[in-house]
Amino acid sequence: MNVDLIMDNFGGGITGVTTAHDEITVAATRDILIPLLRFLKEREEFAFDFLTDLCGVDYLPALPRFRVVYHLYSLKYKHRLRVKVAVEESDPVVDSCVSLWAGADWHERECFDLFGIMFKDHPNLQRILLPTDFVGHPLRKDFPLEGFKAP
Amino acid sequence: MSERTMKINLGPHHPSTHGVLRVVLELDGETVVDAHPDIGFLHRGIEKLAEHRSYHQFIVLSDRLDYLAAMSNNLAYVTTIEKLMEIEIPRRARYIRVALAELQRIASHLFWLGTHAHDLGAMTPLFYMLREREAIMDIFESLTGSRLTPSFMRIGGLAADIDGDFIGTVKAFTDTFADRVGDYETLLTANPIWKSRTKGVGVLTADECINLGVTGPMLRSAGNDWDIRKSHPYSSYDEFHFEIPIGRAGDVYDRYLVRIGEMRESAKIIRQAVDGLPEGPWLAKEARTVFPEKKELNTNIAALIQHFGLVMEGFKVPPGEVYNSIESPRGELGFYVISDGGARPLRLRVRPPSFVNLQGLVRMIRGKLLSDAVAVIGAIDIVLAEVDR
Repeated sequence: MNVDLIMDNFGGGITGVTTAHDEITVAATRDILIPLLRFLKEREEFAFDFLTDLCGVDYLPALPRFRVVYHLYSLKYKHRLRVKVAVEESDPVVDSCVSLWAGADWHERECFDLFGIMFKDHPNLQRILLPTDFVGHPLRKDFPLEGFKAP
Repeated sequence: MSERTMKINLGPHHPSTHGVLRVVLELDGETVVDAHPDIGFLHRGIEKLAEHRSYHQFIVLSDRLDYLAAMSNNLAYVTTIEKLMEIEIPRRARYIRVALAELQRIASHLFWLGTHAHDLGAMTPLFYMLREREAIMDIFESLTGSRLTPSFMRIGGLAADIDGDFIGTVKAFTDTFADRVGDYETLLTANPIWKSRTKGVGVLTADECINLGVTGPMLRSAGNDWDIRKSHPYSSYDEFHFEIPIGRAGDVYDRYLVRIGEMRESAKIIRQAVDGLPEGPWLAKEARTVFPEKKELNTNIAALIQHFGLVMEGFKVPPGEVYNSIESPRGELGFYVISDGGARPLRLRVRPPSFVNLQGLVRMIRGKLLSDAVAVIGAIDIVLAEVDR
C-alpha cells in the first residue's frame, strides 16, 4: 500500500503514520476526516470499499481524550488500514461517514451511546444499546464499573 | 404514519426473533411499510467488563458473546492477544483449534437451520438437526466439561490436550455427516413450500452487503466469495483443502444453500485436521501467558511464583494495538485490543458480525409481507447476545 500517496494529498492533516504487527495506522485531524475517508474509498490505488469497524477509545487522562477509530478493508487488494481521529472532550464532535458507508449508521450510534461522541449529519443519532432515558456514557473511563447512580 | 397503517411490535418476546430483538413494524394490511429494530435488551457491558479483567479472565466472557459459537469467539480472542504478544502456537494446537472451530460452525449452522425451518412451519427438520448437534455438544462436553461455554482455548494454546476417544468420536461423526446433510436436503431443498417461502425473499445484493459491512454467509450468498479463512488464513487453514460455497441471488434460499454447503466443507476440514493431527505440544510452554503444570507447583518455586503472579495480577502485555478477525459462523468476528502495557486492556472492542448484519434487516423487509420478515430475520442468523454484548 502506498502510504506516501495519502501524505501527498493530505500532508497537513495527517499527524502520524505508524506500522506495528503488520498493521498500518494513520492518525488524522478531524477537519480532513471525510475527504480522507472518501479518498481512501474511491481512489483506485486503495479501494477501501469496506468499513469493517468504527469505535471510540477513551485515553483519559491523556489529551486529547478521545479517539474515533476506523478499520477499513479492501476486498480488491485484501489490505487493511486503521484511521484514528483525535477528539477533544470539550467538543466531542466528528463528521458522520454514513454517506460513504451505510453500515456506519449503527456503529456511530453505538459510539455516541457509550462514549458521548457526536456525529455531525448522522440521520438518526440516538442511543442504540442503552435505554433512551439513560444518563451517562458507560465506556468512558470515569464511569464506574459498579455503583453508578443516575443524577 | 397514516390512517391506513398500524404499528405492531414483533418481539422482544417472540419466538421468531431468536432472542430479545424488538422490531417495530409499520404495517399496511400485511405489507411492511417501515421497520425500526430496537436492540440492547441483552446489553451486559462486556467491553466495559473487559477493561476490569485480566487478559486471561476475558476468555470466559468471550464465550458469552455468541453463545452458539463459543469456540469461534475463544479462537478470535486468543489469536488477537497472541498477535499482540507475538506468541507462536504449536502446530498441534492450531490443528485442534481448527477442528473445534469447524465443529462449532456445523453446530451453529445446524441450530440455525433447525430453528429457521421451524419458523417457516417445517417442524420435522429441527429434530434431525438437534440430533447431530447433540453429537457435537457431547464431543465438546467430554473434552471441555461444558456444552455451550467451553472456555477451552488459552492465550498460548489450549486448556488441555485432547484425550480419551476424541479422534474416534470425531471421525465417526464426520463419516456419517455428509449423508446426514443429504437427508436435510431431501426435506427442504426441493420442497415447494420451502422454496416459495424463501426464494426471492430478503434479497441483498453484494454491493449492498459491502456498503453495509455485511459479511459471512449473507455476503457469500450474493455471489462474493470473500472468506477470511481463504483471504487471510489464520491457525492452519492454509494447510487444508476446502471450497467456499457461494450463492447467486442473495435471497433467503441461497443463504440456506450456502450454509448447507459450508457444513459439508467444514466436515471435510475436520476430517483433514484429525487425520493429519501432528504430535507435539499443545501449548506454547515458554510463553509468559501460560500457566505452569499443576504437578510442578509442589516442587518448583519459580513455577509457583509464576502461577501466583498469573492468578493474582495476570500477565502484562506490551503497549500497542492490534485488530484481528476470524470467519465465525456468522461472518467477520474481530477483536480490536489496545494495551497500555498493563495487565488489563485499555480498550477491548468486539466487531460483532450479528450486529452489523442485522443492519440490513430494514432494507430487506421494507415493502414485503409480514411473513417474509420472519423468514428474513431467521436467515440473517443473529445471536442477540452478540448484537447487544
